[in-house]
Amino acid sequence: MTSTLTPVQKRSALTKGQLPKWAPYLVLGTALILGAAILALIGFNAFGWGIVSAILFAAGLVGWSAIVEGSRRAKDKLATCLVVGSFLVALLPLISVIWTVLVNGLPGLMDPGFLNTSMNGVTGAFDNKSVEEGAPVVGGIYHALLGTVQITLLATVISVPVGLLTAVYLVEYGNDRTLARAITFFVDVMTGIPSIVAGLFAAAFFFAVVGPGTKTGAVAAVALSVLMIPVVVRSSEEMLKIVPNELREAAYALGVRKWRTILKVVIPTAISGIASGVTLAIARVIGETAPILVTAGFATSINTNVFSGWMASLPTFIYTQILNPTSPSNPDPSSQRAWGAALVLIILVMLLNLGARLIARLFAPKAGR
Amino acid sequence: MTTTSLTSSRGAGRTGDKVFSAATLAAGCLILAVLFGVALFLVVQAIPALTASPDKIQGGEGFFAYIWPIVVGTLIAAAIALVIATPVAIGVALFISHFAPRRLASGLGYLIDLLAAIPSVVYGAWGAAFLAKEISPAYNWLAGNMGWLPIFHGPASATGKTILTAGIVLSVMVLPIITSLSREIFLQTPKLHEEAALALGATRWEMNRMAVLPFARPGIVSAVMLGLGRALGETMAVALVLSSGALTASLIQSGNQTIAAEIALNFPEASGLQVSTLIAAGLVLFLITLGVNMIARWIITKHKEFSGAN
Repeated sequence: MTSTLTPVQKRSALTKGQLPKWAPYLVLGTALILGAAILALIGFNAFGWGIVSAILFAAGLVGWSAIVEGSRRAKDKLATCLVVGSFLVALLPLISVIWTVLVNGLPGLMDPGFLNTSMNGVTGAFDNKSVEEGAPVVGGIYHALLGTVQITLLATVISVPVGLLTAVYLVEYGNDRTLARAITFFVDVMTGIPSIVAGLFAAAFFFAVVGPGTKTGAVAAVALSVLMIPVVVRSSEEMLKIVPNELREAAYALGVRKWRTILKVVIPTAISGIASGVTLAIARVIGETAPILVTAGFATSINTNVFSGWMASLPTFIYTQILNPTSPSNPDPSSQRAWGAALVLIILVMLLNLGARLIARLFAPKAGR
Repeated sequence: MTTTSLTSSRGAGRTGDKVFSAATLAAGCLILAVLFGVALFLVVQAIPALTASPDKIQGGEGFFAYIWPIVVGTLIAAAIALVIATPVAIGVALFISHFAPRRLASGLGYLIDLLAAIPSVVYGAWGAAFLAKEISPAYNWLAGNMGWLPIFHGPASATGKTILTAGIVLSVMVLPIITSLSREIFLQTPKLHEEAALALGATRWEMNRMAVLPFARPGIVSAVMLGLGRALGETMAVALVLSSGALTASLIQSGNQTIAAEIALNFPEASGLQVSTLIAAGLVLFLITLGVNMIARWIITKHKEFSGAN
């Protein structure tokens, strides 16, 4: 055995015909320099430099590899370049969106009173004055923030019991019956309902039941529940499924009724996952614009009653401020408010996402294995 | 507490059991009822538009003349989004599942998931304020050099607020959906298949091409279908980005419209027959997305035993 091992010669035979380890770095350096040179000829910009260098890098590395290593390894290199490249391409819009919102939103957010005043009484005249005379931009998002919180809370209050009970039915009582399979299938289908159709449904329902033109926060909450329930069902179902059967059987063996087993053993074990799923569902619906647009209308003043009157929300606030600026001749203050509201909305959604991860980690059941 | 509640539950236990199981059953049926109700109420409210005389509908030529161009517009926008998003999403999913260093992979996956967390209205604002402006020189170039293709027929829109821009914004929005579903499926490729391919001397790409991609094909198809469902129904990106108009073949002129954006732009001020026209449009959108989603789910259930997307 040992006599056949002749490390030095074998290694060199194995690595013969391969690119040296430093090859990618060399090609990268050359590509960056060449790219800069090419861009300098036609006018330099960082974005173009990145693109040209990336193409040069891929071409150089693949070409060199094709000469030294043969076509199979060159193809491998090409695929690796494409896969890494697609990831970098996917990051571009993320960075661009967050950067745009930060740059445009910070001035709006820094305005005094942005978070604690409403748009009540703010007319185009104020905006014209702020553009022409440099007066501070007035008006804020308090009414929209309040509306978003109320609508989302009501939607959560509706969706969580329905969603959780359905998940319990599917996992504990369904037993793969036809009804359970139908529910699973239609919950999946419901996940794909366009948000605007959910809004139209709520609007059509309340038009038919309460009266034509009914637009309140509660209608919007119903629309959001249609979007939220399937998410809650799916995530709760997943979480209830991974509760070990031994726990249920132990409870049954002690003579505990099924419903008490579910309430006292199964749900508490899965509660961290359920809570984080609910938080993610809230994060999903809090940014929905279209369903609120067709169900709650637009309001410029504070409305604390979800059951009567039009209600503002952050997404519709952004939408209307961009599309119908308060002062049509000077849209800048409106777009500043819109970007400020967009920044607040993104921060809210990110906090909810972060919160979901924290909940999942902090309240996870202690694994005793 | 546990002992007392256990002993005291003996009497109330049976009713408790019945009430609880009935409640869960009711919740499940409520969901079916809601979905049924969605269809029912949309149909009921849409009937006036479908039966009204053609000259009363917006455009004056009846409902089908009204809905036809915006259905085509919706399909065009979704097609652009998928053409751009599918290859990138599969690349990203492969990168996270098979190419990235194992330690970084989950963090990088979270970065892509952040794309899904950004609200659609923010994408719309970004597309209108940033992307449209930055991309309009490219449209001028396309109109100048590729203008012989009908889809790039000039003159290009000066503001860049075209269906192509809307499609690009949509592609960013469906990217995380396709990525996360495909990634799940790629990760479920049997390790033995991968190792067998590698042991036969396959390079990493050959291993992916021979073991991972064939295994994941039905999953990728359904992921793309679900992305399509999202792209068809997405409202805000199109409503804010596109300066809408009549149906045109050129992607770089202003014009075209999608169902969802048409509803969002007109519903708040609509009254009377226009409300039911728009609800009827919503019904058409609902049926299209329902069909797409059901096909996607059907593919997933058919390949349930090895698909991670269910």
